[in-house]
Amino acid sequence: MGFGNSSKLPSAPASGGAANLRRRPRPGETVIQALLFLAASISIFTTIGIVASLGVEAFTFFREVSLVQFFTDTVWQPAIERFGILPLLSATLATSFWAMLLALPLGLLVAIYLSEYAPRKVRNFLKPVLELLAGIPTVVYGYFALNTVTPIIRNLFGQQRVDVYNTLSAGLVMGILILPLIASMCEDALSSVPRSLKEGAYAMGANKLEVSLTVVVPAAFSGIAAAFILGLSRAVGETMIVAMAAGAGPKLTLNPFKSAETMTGHIVRISGGDLSYDSMDYQSLFAIALVLFIVTLGLNMLSTRIVRRFREVYE
Amino acid sequence: MSSSLPSSGRLDSRLEERRKKSGRWRIVFFLCTIVSVFFLAALLTGIVNQAFGYVLVQTEEDPASLVPEGTTLTELDTGALSVILQERLSRRLYRKLDAEAPLAERSSQALLDIIDTEILKPHVVATWSLFESIFFKQAIIESALRDYQGGSLQFRSWVNGELFANSQSSDPLRSGIRGAILGSLLTIFFTILFALPLGVAAAVWLEEYAKDNWLNRMIRTNIYNLAGVPSIIYGMLGLTLFVRAMAPLTSGALFGLQAEGSSLDGRTVLSASLSLAILVLPIIIINAQEAMRAVPQGLRHSSLALGATRWQTIWHHVLPASADRILTGAVLAISRALGETAPLVVVGASTFLSMDPTGPFSKFTTLPIQIYQWSARPQQEFRNLAAGAIIVLLVLLLFLNASVIYLRNKYSDNKAASQ
Repeated sequence: MGFGNSSKLPSAPASGGAANLRRRPRPGETVIQALLFLAASISIFTTIGIVASLGVEAFTFFREVSLVQFFTDTVWQPAIERFGILPLLSATLATSFWAMLLALPLGLLVAIYLSEYAPRKVRNFLKPVLELLAGIPTVVYGYFALNTVTPIIRNLFGQQRVDVYNTLSAGLVMGILILPLIASMCEDALSSVPRSLKEGAYAMGANKLEVSLTVVVPAAFSGIAAAFILGLSRAVGETMIVAMAAGAGPKLTLNPFKSAETMTGHIVRISGGDLSYDSMDYQSLFAIALVLFIVTLGLNMLSTRIVRRFREVYE
Repeated sequence: MSSSLPSSGRLDSRLEERRKKSGRWRIVFFLCTIVSVFFLAALLTGIVNQAFGYVLVQTEEDPASLVPEGTTLTELDTGALSVILQERLSRRLYRKLDAEAPLAERSSQALLDIIDTEILKPHVVATWSLFESIFFKQAIIESALRDYQGGSLQFRSWVNGELFANSQSSDPLRSGIRGAILGSLLTIFFTILFALPLGVAAAVWLEEYAKDNWLNRMIRTNIYNLAGVPSIIYGMLGLTLFVRAMAPLTSGALFGLQAEGSSLDGRTVLSASLSLAILVLPIIIINAQEAMRAVPQGLRHSSLALGATRWQTIWHHVLPASADRILTGAVLAISRALGETAPLVVVGASTFLSMDPTGPFSKFTTLPIQIYQWSARPQQEFRNLAAGAIIVLLVLLLFLNASVIYLRNKYSDNKAASQ
């Protein structure tokens, strides 16, 4: 605005004739913009694709098998036309339960140590180590469960009582897999608790433990809950560990020493073999996958909602 | 006020108790952290434990019976070795080998290899873990002498040259991951070829063009939700969409490039890559968005003020300025794709593939798939092989992660220097 002659600029060109300062149409830019939008909308198409591909096959499946039968029958044996998801669901819940039993308390305690107690140096060392743990492929965890953890459990509780494939071993190793996720999410939640809140408690004479447990943890509770739910969603959707260590063959059992097949484990085992595309076997996999998709999506959305709410409180 | 406080004696005693409690919990917190780190250590030890150790190898023929008294096979010259071959091999096999390359002109090492595969036929009868091999060496030697006669006990590293040189085979001593590594590299190459341009384009739209309306908000939320979908679901999507619906395209039939011997079947490298590309797309988009958000607004404004169009600004200034961070996201996506197993099993990785993949339309197997299949076998030797393959996979991933850290540090150095 400092230039006095700026108002003359539009008529400035020496060649004569008013320069056209209106927006010049640029077809190239428009095309590029359209392409970029197309790229971004692929994510929408992916979701539609997932819902459609699962939905179509699942729909043909549910024309043969009623929803009631699907959710109440206690036997999953496609060979005799029994499609009850309960055995698969119970195995998924069992492995997830053991995973969360290990990962939640341990993850939370590690997070408290990292955010409240650990010296800077220790923290700078431990966070990458946990990230490293999170970056290891799940097939490696599966191998670990089958070849290291299962023999240990069998030696502890007796070779007869514990199957070679069992839900306990798969669940515990899954807990190790989820541990870094829960620890880092909880740590984020704990360290975003305002300083003033902590300092207020310290000023009242509380010591470090009391500040951590009675002020920081409750204040970050929703973040911790979000981490828990996201961890649960990961456990439900985790595939390779349960496929390798939990066993093949759907069984309705809650005994952690027995083998059982989870939803994901079943999908991998059946689709890994030769499968005719028009069989009920094939369609039933999509029905299971649809249940899996809905459950994990629901858990993920719940988790993001909790996190968003929690942010609004302090910002 | 002081009346509401406990007497000073009681206050002091409580203080001591509280202090002790705090100290105890501090140890608990610390121990939990140690336990977590211990898990990582246990995981790695468990794998190393299986990847090295004693094996007992038996041969179908005693090597000593082939050579004159007092010598060993390796001391013989090529002439003597070809005499052994001529005596021991069936005529047909001998002629066949001679026709491939005249036996008289082959090196003695090549002849020894033939003797090994065709006459001696070594096979593993027992294996021990590294832990056992170190601490119970004497017991192993005794049991080897007692239970298995005529075998030779040797310390074997399952990660060795042959692991890289050989492809899958039914003989654990000759099985390798050559085909699997090539398959992984080929798959990852096509995955990134599709996912990186698409992901960056989507991120450019969302960061630079998108107005804050319901559609773009939906796209954003959708991307975050997709990042949390279990990977096996992407496998199901890949199976319906790429393997079945787009079979003419993904099998190469459309281009007349279909691999030999395969009927119309979309279970190819291309289908696997496309499925993985969709899987890693959210990772690339989210990282690229963060990268572009970190580019200072001043850069955009100066470029626009000089008359550059929006796209010119993005192409010449925003993208170069955020390239290293976008690259970091790409490397993260690669390491995710490299370790994925479940979706590829669903998409239809080959269970047994002794040939190297040649292009996007060949059948595929990858390193994690190979590990999965070997672990599922009952024989201990294959589990040892799987452990060897895991070490290769982890080293590859470690290398990728190290490059991410290097890129990050370089980025923060540059930033520090420019400020």
